[in-house]
Amino acid sequence: MKVLLAVVLVSALFTSCKPKNTGNAVAGNAEKAYVAPGKYDEFYNFVSGGFSGQLSVYGLPSGRLFRVIPVFSVDPEKGWGYSEETKPMLNTSQGFVPWDDLHHTELSQTNGEVDGRWVFGNANNTPRIARIDLKTFKTAEIIELPNSGGNHSSPFITENTEYVVAGTRFSVPADYSNGDVAINTYKENFKGHISFVKVGKEGEMDLAFQIVTPGVNFDLSHAGKGKSHGWFFFSCYNTEQANTLLEVNASQKDKDFIMAVNWKKAEEYLKSGKAKKQSVKYAHNKWNEKTHTATSEIKNEVMVLDAAELKDICYMIPCPKSPHGCDVDPTGEYIVGSGKLAALIPVFSFDKLQDAIKNKKFDGNYGGINVIKYEAALHGEVQKPGLGPLHTEFDGKGNAYTTFFVSSEVVKWDIKSLKVLDRVPTYYSVGHLCIPGGDSKKPFGKYLIAYNKITKDRYLPTGPELAQSAQIFDISGDKMELVLDFPTIGEPHYAQAAPADLIRNNGQLKFYKIADNNHPFVAKGEKEAKVVRSGNRVDVYMTSIRSHFAPDNIEGIKLGDEVYFHVTNLEQDWDVPHGFAVKGADNGELLIMPGETATLKWKPNRVGIFPMYCTDFCSALHQEMQGYIRVSPAGSSVPLTWSVGTNLPKTK
Amino acid sequence: MKTYKISTVSKAILLIVAILFIGSLFVPMWQIELEAPQYPEGLVLKLHANKIGGDVEIINGLNHYIGMATLHTENFFEFTILPYIFGGFAAISLLLIFIAKRKAVLIFFISYILFVVLAAIDFYRWNYEYGHNLDPNAAIKVPGMAYQPPLIGYKQLLNFGAYSVPDTGGWMLTACGLLLFFIIFKEYKLFTKKKIN
Repeated sequence: MKVLLAVVLVSALFTSCKPKNTGNAVAGNAEKAYVAPGKYDEFYNFVSGGFSGQLSVYGLPSGRLFRVIPVFSVDPEKGWGYSEETKPMLNTSQGFVPWDDLHHTELSQTNGEVDGRWVFGNANNTPRIARIDLKTFKTAEIIELPNSGGNHSSPFITENTEYVVAGTRFSVPADYSNGDVAINTYKENFKGHISFVKVGKEGEMDLAFQIVTPGVNFDLSHAGKGKSHGWFFFSCYNTEQANTLLEVNASQKDKDFIMAVNWKKAEEYLKSGKAKKQSVKYAHNKWNEKTHTATSEIKNEVMVLDAAELKDICYMIPCPKSPHGCDVDPTGEYIVGSGKLAALIPVFSFDKLQDAIKNKKFDGNYGGINVIKYEAALHGEVQKPGLGPLHTEFDGKGNAYTTFFVSSEVVKWDIKSLKVLDRVPTYYSVGHLCIPGGDSKKPFGKYLIAYNKITKDRYLPTGPELAQSAQIFDISGDKMELVLDFPTIGEPHYAQAAPADLIRNNGQLKFYKIADNNHPFVAKGEKEAKVVRSGNRVDVYMTSIRSHFAPDNIEGIKLGDEVYFHVTNLEQDWDVPHGFAVKGADNGELLIMPGETATLKWKPNRVGIFPMYCTDFCSALHQEMQGYIRVSPAGSSVPLTWSVGTNLPKTK
Repeated sequence: MKTYKISTVSKAILLIVAILFIGSLFVPMWQIELEAPQYPEGLVLKLHANKIGGDVEIINGLNHYIGMATLHTENFFEFTILPYIFGGFAAISLLLIFIAKRKAVLIFFISYILFVVLAAIDFYRWNYEYGHNLDPNAAIKVPGMAYQPPLIGYKQLLNFGAYSVPDTGGWMLTACGLLLFFIIFKEYKLFTKKKIN
């Protein structure tokens, strides 16, 4: 009875101080997110698709979804990973990998400002970095990272996109060492590798070097900028070097580290021959816009610099409680570490760090890497900001905004004075946040988007698996105001946003010029349409134009044949894609943009007539855009014929 | 009969007329703008002295739905002779500076107006031809419907709105006519005649 009373009392207490419902908070702000039909959004939002492996593009402030760009996972809708041309894009040293987990996006920058050329994405599971071309909104390049497991602290870039980096989440035995070791020999045999991938003028990626470190978990990273350009900062946890039950065993130490990397110094060492050439295996895949085809090349070498040996590349800055986010303010002076389990936010000063290095204010070393004295690099701590800080972005007006997973809120604070200015709840348990340009030198501090980890009751329920959830806040005033909830594809982690004009005026492509199409199986007009047999391989050079295929009647295919439909879309106008599908094909469809050629492989498994049709509603006569393929038994004498419009019934 | 020599101002204007005739060879004379729900950005046919320009390929791609013949520069003899005609007009304008007779200008002006009328008839004839000569096997057949674009102005053709107006070259040619008319007005003293009477 007493117990019951206590329960009633306690619940009464909770009810009485229950925070006010969000319903009220939104009222009156709806028009801030309203973009009238036919009008454009102010910003493009490039949102990571998490375990979908893709990258989604939304408009801000409307939260409308425009496109899901296939990156690391197959997408039968777009033929990604199914067409012969795209298969090499998903090739790795492990072979064809149809799925991955894309956690972070990063827009290319020039002079520390977002420039609208490319957006990068990381593959977390089979470590890779992808570059998406923002003229075509298509994945243009993917590079695999050797010596890594769980590419999490990626794909962050330097202020002129000199490098895009990667840091291994899982330390593992290096690919160039014996990997067949006992798991509990982590301390001796497991190593961390961080990768610096050089980005060329046309965006082409090249793994320039790696830095080997003691085994830890690298988590997130950000480049220095302005005064700290030339440095990179990586958060790391599990400095306990646990190999099992990390939630306990990697949470023992009061402080883990943010590793400061002087990459200009690393470049010097690389030049002066201090790197070791190591034998590894990784794939480098490139999309060719002229042949509309990807190629995959396996590379076998990487240059590795040893952080323990080359003392002035890496320094460890102690950071409380398993740091996650590692964010650098627009001036490049302040580095914000976010200990996932901490109840404060440490802010480090780049000037103080330089002073500490110069005057050797060290506190021993970690695996041969000098550890800076915590106070020597510390600008100060934000006291009682909330519980479980994760990530910080900036508005360019001297304010920082930090997300708190455990206390489910965004907190605004002043970078210099470290005073908390405002806080707003999120629904629920926010992970990453995004302010357009919010990790660059020039943020556009008008909106803040929170990407939540828990959705619960925010939308109409859809069974056990719910919508993913994001929320837009107006941060133009002193107080943050909730403007809109919008559901996303799963699962949104980090996202970036850029002014719409920067992207839409970057020379975006409307269609591919057919004259420039160098696909080996292109048919640049119906006159070039043909079917060629060589052994049991049959190549169909097919064209599509509103509203027919050429050829649309094919006979003489035999069981055992491998048929390749090379479909060229002859249209030369904006927004006239054609699709292609054939009955029973054990892969996806093709979506072919004007001027493009794409190939679907088909191996018929029975005798009969097989229909094929255009899958993308192209015209008033789209439903007429179809054809037939006759499949005869192996050894049949039916001659190979093809035609369009002429295969008419015999007249008596 | 006394021959009236034209003034220096008129000669200068003739020079301008000659330049305009030459200039009109390098810009489109006429344009037919097409708008449809599916083409918010619009499609345009640009008629030059020597060719059809603009979104010809796209329009040709659409024509087959209603059975309209596709447009090809080589099917119009006009595009081979028009550049010579305008070149000739320019040469005559220059020649008139030296001839300097107002009557000669008058004859040229009348001839030019005749040419314009003939050109308009020719343009109408082609529009009629293309609008009415439809493939009987066309996918879209609307009884009684023809697709003749307007000679000038606006007309709705199924889902397309067609707007036919002069382009830069057309306005230059119009200016030629007006300037020649001005010379005649001036040289025949039509401005002052009323006062004399």
